[in-house]
Amino acid sequence: MADAHNLEIFRGLIKFKSNTQKIWGVLILLSIVTTVEVVLGIIKPEFMMESFLSMKILNWVFIILTIVKAYYITWDFMHMRDETPSLRRVVVWTAIFLICYLLWILIQEAGYIFNTYDQGYIKRDF
Amino acid sequence: MSSTVSTSSQGEVWAGGNKPMKASYGKLMMWFFIVSDALTFSGFLAAYGFSRFKFINSWPIADEVFTHVPFLHGQELPMIYVAFMTFVLIMSSVTMVLAVDAGHHMKKAKVTFYMFLTIIGGVIFVGSQAWEWATFIKGDFGAVKTHGGNIIQFVDADSNHRVALKDFAHSIPTERVQHENKNGILYMSEPALTSYSLEEVIEGFESSPNIVIRTQIIKDNEKTVLSREESLRMLKENGSYVVEGANLKDNEYGSPLFADFFFFITGFHGFHVFSGIILNIIVFFNVIVGTYEKRGSYEMVEKVGLYWHFVDLVWVFVFTFFYLV
Repeated sequence: MADAHNLEIFRGLIKFKSNTQKIWGVLILLSIVTTVEVVLGIIKPEFMMESFLSMKILNWVFIILTIVKAYYITWDFMHMRDETPSLRRVVVWTAIFLICYLLWILIQEAGYIFNTYDQGYIKRDF
Repeated sequence: MSSTVSTSSQGEVWAGGNKPMKASYGKLMMWFFIVSDALTFSGFLAAYGFSRFKFINSWPIADEVFTHVPFLHGQELPMIYVAFMTFVLIMSSVTMVLAVDAGHHMKKAKVTFYMFLTIIGGVIFVGSQAWEWATFIKGDFGAVKTHGGNIIQFVDADSNHRVALKDFAHSIPTERVQHENKNGILYMSEPALTSYSLEEVIEGFESSPNIVIRTQIIKDNEKTVLSREESLRMLKENGSYVVEGANLKDNEYGSPLFADFFFFITGFHGFHVFSGIILNIIVFFNVIVGTYEKRGSYEMVEKVGLYWHFVDLVWVFVFTFFYLV
């Protein structure tokens, strides 16, 4: 195991010399992403407050950055990069499929309930 | 029975020691656990999303709720402290992965040192979370709940900043005390009284012409502020009782569901961190007494490390969905 680490990130754009060096590299990456998130959250740039696919662009940016962070935590900290492709697929695809299904069905239903309240069928503004 | 083909390797396969997908039994089982636990957390977060989209135009704005930093009292610093907590957890993930790496090279002293740092990071994180809870439960400004279950807050008409109840509520002498189950109607009680009653808030509001009411309804990313006349009418007609801080029933920042999910999800995550710390401590002592040195492999550090990184992974999502989005 000790020598079996894949030391490339960004599809080989950055190559690290040792596993330890790769860990620090990934830490720097994760810190940069978190800093960007916090700064965006405090500034809230005007052009990102517009709605896109029924959510603010800013929120899409946050979610995408979160998935980027999740990828590097799983791939480098949890050594998913070094596991066999079959193990990778078993873990990742199962989770992603089930989570997408769950999200779709719940968020869809929440929108429906919001409309029901919004159109005044149920009164709660007192 | 007859369809099974007997080969020489079959005996070895079923006799154990076989590694499907080149991962050992322990690691594979940890991955099984992580996937199922990830689904549990997604269930919670998806339920949070459900409630949020259900009340999409009246959900509390997280920036206005989590503005506190220890030792910097009275300053509004949204997200700074939670960013610090995130960094602490990522940092402890890094020391964990360094411990795993040192384990691969059979360096006992290094594993010990990095495991120790990981535990410290975890303790700092759980402590910060406890502080965050305490601040949230205590609240800072106070608000009034209406008969319809909505929260109305008090803001300065000019600056639009929130005004605390204690800054304008009058004090009316009263005989009213908390109803405990030892007196009055037996075995009935009520929660602790708020520091101001609704009458005191209404009287104080009437004599402070510069204070208006802000409702939960969000328009153009800001909560709606009522005019002075509307505010007075709203408070007198709809005001039901005073809310200070947050609990499972009421929350001065808006929808009670926000507080419920906050306590449940961050609590469940905090419980994971806590159990992670316990596991880390057990492994830490095993490293010290040389269990893994004798075993010839530090794989146990790797397995507990997987769990620890998973806790970090969940926090990344909790951070996004509770504090950023």
